This record gives sequence, structure tokens and C-alpha cells, in this order.
Amino acid sequence: MRFRRTVFIISILGFLLLINYYLPSRMNPYYLQILILIGINIMLAVSLNLINGFTGQFSIGHAGFMAIGGYSSAFFTYYFGRNLIQGLSSVILFPWLAKSIIFVLALILGGTLAAVAGLVVGIPSLRLRGDYLAIATLGFGEIIRVMILNIDAVGGARGFADIPGYTNLFWVLFFVLVTIIVVRNLVNSTHGRAFLSVREDEVAAEAMGINTTYYKVYAFVIGAFFAGIAGGLFGHYLMYLHTNSFTFMRSIEVIIMVVLGGMGSITGAILAAIILTILPEFLRVVKDYRMVIYSLILIILMLTRPQGLFGVQEFSLQRIRNLFVKKV
Amino acid sequence: MPILDIKNCSMHFGGLKAVDRLNMSLEKGELVGLIGPNGAGKTTVFNMITGVYEPTLGEIIFLDKKLNGEKPYQITAYGIGRTFQNIRLFSNLTVLDNVKTACHLHSKEGMLSSVIRSKRFFEEEKDLTERSMNLLAIFGLDMLRDEKAMNLPYGQQRRLEMARALATEPKLLLLDEPTAGMNPQETQSVMDLICKIRVDFELTILLIEHDMRVVMGCCERIVVLDYGIKIAEGPPEKIKKDPKVIEAYLGEEMK
Repeated sequence: MRFRRTVFIISILGFLLLINYYLPSRMNPYYLQILILIGINIMLAVSLNLINGFTGQFSIGHAGFMAIGGYSSAFFTYYFGRNLIQGLSSVILFPWLAKSIIFVLALILGGTLAAVAGLVVGIPSLRLRGDYLAIATLGFGEIIRVMILNIDAVGGARGFADIPGYTNLFWVLFFVLVTIIVVRNLVNSTHGRAFLSVREDEVAAEAMGINTTYYKVYAFVIGAFFAGIAGGLFGHYLMYLHTNSFTFMRSIEVIIMVVLGGMGSITGAILAAIILTILPEFLRVVKDYRMVIYSLILIILMLTRPQGLFGVQEFSLQRIRNLFVKKV
Repeated sequence: MPILDIKNCSMHFGGLKAVDRLNMSLEKGELVGLIGPNGAGKTTVFNMITGVYEPTLGEIIFLDKKLNGEKPYQITAYGIGRTFQNIRLFSNLTVLDNVKTACHLHSKEGMLSSVIRSKRFFEEEKDLTERSMNLLAIFGLDMLRDEKAMNLPYGQQRRLEMARALATEPKLLLLDEPTAGMNPQETQSVMDLICKIRVDFELTILLIEHDMRVVMGCCERIVVLDYGIKIAEGPPEKIKKDPKVIEAYLGEEMK
């Protein structure tokens, strides 16, 4: 059983490497960019869904976590990356391997610092409910953004340029898969039930022996971690970072994805991230009316299906089978 | 040695004395009723025991542990389970998941083993499901395992609350009006269930009830509260005849 699973994992990785080797060179660079942005948005939506959808904590500061991840990983690779890679290459002998290791290290550093920020945001937020929590997280997001704006070492108001372009399709796909698998496995476990119970009824959850404080903070920490990694991938793709990419509007964009997909559905979040990344591009056809039509579509969707595309359900083969079976 | 000892406990909300110098204790295995008019402070007593409120004065001792100031989930871990007067189920979760959630306390699944899906995780999940299904079967809810809790009829929601409380493996069970809003047949079956689980799970039970058939029929001892003060305590026969209790609560017909 364990052997089979290891083989499966290795073959998936191999498949991703193949995709990364063949696809980008044969692809329209515009479509490649959209693909990478879709991946980053999926990571953001799924990680936010853990906080908002599953644990019921109304957080609208997610862009702040993304910013921390992006900037700290870029700081690491910009100032230390090249030297470390050179040093590591002399030991490992394969420069591509050294580059990969340093990049992953940088991303994890970004994610971890974002997770620490999640801790800092999560703990004081514990006593706040609903709207008040939303405002507090909004405030935190802005504080983070403005703090970064004032750090000259990462460019300040000019932005952070010349970030090495380590992001490729493989890494994006890899981390998207990791995010989805970790969140899904966590949710479908006793811990997932604990998160859900916090959302459903905190008083009852405490009475059933669940440390609601711990789980609320944990949701923030894990959600922030993956947002940080998404930020790192983002920075090393654009090779330039500016705090204008991490305003609260960015947080709202992620919220829209989570709400559209259905709060409490991982599949929904993934689908909504894909649709809402493609839609603005697709609507370029209508030129000036692009954002008007985009907003109209969102309004219509919310009116006709307020629970989101998937509500609280997930995609499952069982459900597809059920469609073909007549209920007796 | 009483399993639960409430010593001179008071609960003040500003100037309001919701519970005033309450002294009561429970011996292991007892089935005690807590009755009184609405607003007498019965649910407040439950909330003090389970840590939702911290007593303003006095001490609550459970199995040699002082409960004052402990967090509710910690008190549940010590072995006190409860149901709620106004049903607090996890509405969007299935019947089975409601009970499985309450098993969390005793689950050995770590976060890491859940994420990497180790063998221990699968064994633990299987064990949890089995334990939960057994509990549901006792309450006649096993057929409804995949039904959303909020879709259940009222009587079954109350049963689910009890099954869920039992999943935390309590030594002391606090039942807050378990038969509220039920017709005589349902009430009788809940009564029988309470007596059954008390024996099967070796529980001590403290029961808040307004239905006197349940109280007089089930309880070995009754404590009566009125305006936060204990006005009487004793076996059902004695309470039925107590003039203070009759005036405050029971009315003349109970004689």
C-alpha cells in the first residue's frame, strides 16, 4: 500500500516535469501567463476557504499574507540566493538542483513568515465575531502593506525589481497540488470536523471538547502559509513586486472567488478561481465594457445561486454515479 | 466522596444574583433532578459547571479538580458532558459527523498523520466511525447517519444532542430539558433511554426538567431552585409535599 502510493507520487511528479518541459515552449506565452495566474489564484482561494469557509472566520486581509510571502522570499533570493546557489552547486554538482532547493527554501521561508503573521492576526481576533473580525483583518492587511511600503531594502515605493525568475509551470502546479491535498486531507479528518464545528456553533463545539481558540488560530496559520507561498511564486514570476498588488481589493478578489465557489467547498474554490481568472481576460473582447460585464455576471450569479457554485458540496465520483441512478 | 461538589456558589451578573450561595453535591451514579420555575437559575448552574460562566463566588469541585476558571473544552475533557436547552447541533453537518466531531477529544489523529494519511489515520477514522455508529444505534438514529442535522424532526434532534454528548465519554452528564416539546410517547421513550444509558455507561446524571412525570419517575433526588436559591432538596415524595415548592412551582394539583 505504501509502496503503491510512493510510486503514484513519483509518477505525478514526473508527469508535472514533462508538462513543464514541453508545454511552455509550445504554448502562446499569454496563455501560459494565465495558467500560472490561475494556479496562484487557486492557492489563494483554497487557503482562504479554510479560514472563511470551513472555520467561519470572516477574514479579508489575505493579500497581506500573500505580500509577506512574496516579499520575504524575494528578499531571500535577491540578497542571498545567488551566493547560496553557487555554494550549493559546488557540493551537489547539479546547478538546477541547487537552484530548485534554494527556491523551495525561499518559498517555505515566505510561507512560514506569512504563517507567523497569521498567528499575529489570529490571536487577537479570537474574541471578535463577524463584521468586527472582518474589519480587524482588513486593518491588519493594510498595516502589513504599508509597513512593507516603507522598507527600502525591498524597494519601498519604487517596488522590488530584479527578482530572479525561478517560477515555472512545474512549481506552480506542484504547489497547487500540495495546497489542495493538504487542505483536503485536513478537512476530511477529525481536525476538519473541529474546524467545521467552530463555524457551526462555537459554544457547542467547546462543550464537545474542542479547543475553539486553537482551531481558529490554526486555520489562520495554515491559510496564511499557503497564501505566502502563492505570494512567493507570484513575485518570482513577475520578477517585480509592488505593494499596489496587495491592497485590500486583492483580498476582496480572493473573497469573491471563495464566495462564488461556495464557502466550504474546495472544489468550488478551485473552479471559481479558474473562472474568475479567465473571465476578465475573456471579456477583453468587449473592451470598454469589460468590468461592467464582469460585475454584472457576478451579480447575476449571486442572485441565482447565492450558496455559490458548489455550496458546501465537493466534487465526487459518487455524485456523478448518482446522477445516472434512478432513486427508488 | 461526591463526584461533583458545588460549594457555596454564586453567579452575579452585575447586581443580579442569578444563583445565590448554592450548595449541592452529587454522588457517583446518582440521577438527580434540578427543577424550578423559568429563570430560577437552573441553566446558569449548568453553565457554571461546564465553564461557560466562571462562578462569582464559591467553588465547584469535580473528582478532586477545581473547575472554576477552566475553559469549557477542558472541563469536557475532565468528563462532563452536556446537552443544551435550545438545541445546538452542528446544523450543516450530517448526523454521523455531529457525533464524530464529539469524538475528537479522544481521537489520536495528529494533524500530520491526517495530512499524509498514515495507516494510523485510517485505523483511527474507522474506529471513530464505528464508535459513533454504535452510539447512534442506541438512540435509533443510525439509519439517518447521512442526513443533515438541520433536516431532522425535533424529537430526533434532541436524541442526537444526547448521542453527541455521550460521544465525549463523560462520567457526569448534564441534560437540559431533554423532553421539552415532546408528546407523552416520545417523553416516555426518552425517559427509558436516560435510565438505560445511565446503567450502560455508568453515568451520573443531573437533569433539568419541567415535565414532572419525568422528574418524579426517574430521579432519585430532586433539588429545587427559585430565584437562584435552593429552596428544597430531597427524594421525590418529600418534594411533592413541600409547601415552599408547591407554592413556588408545582401548584396544588401535584398532591
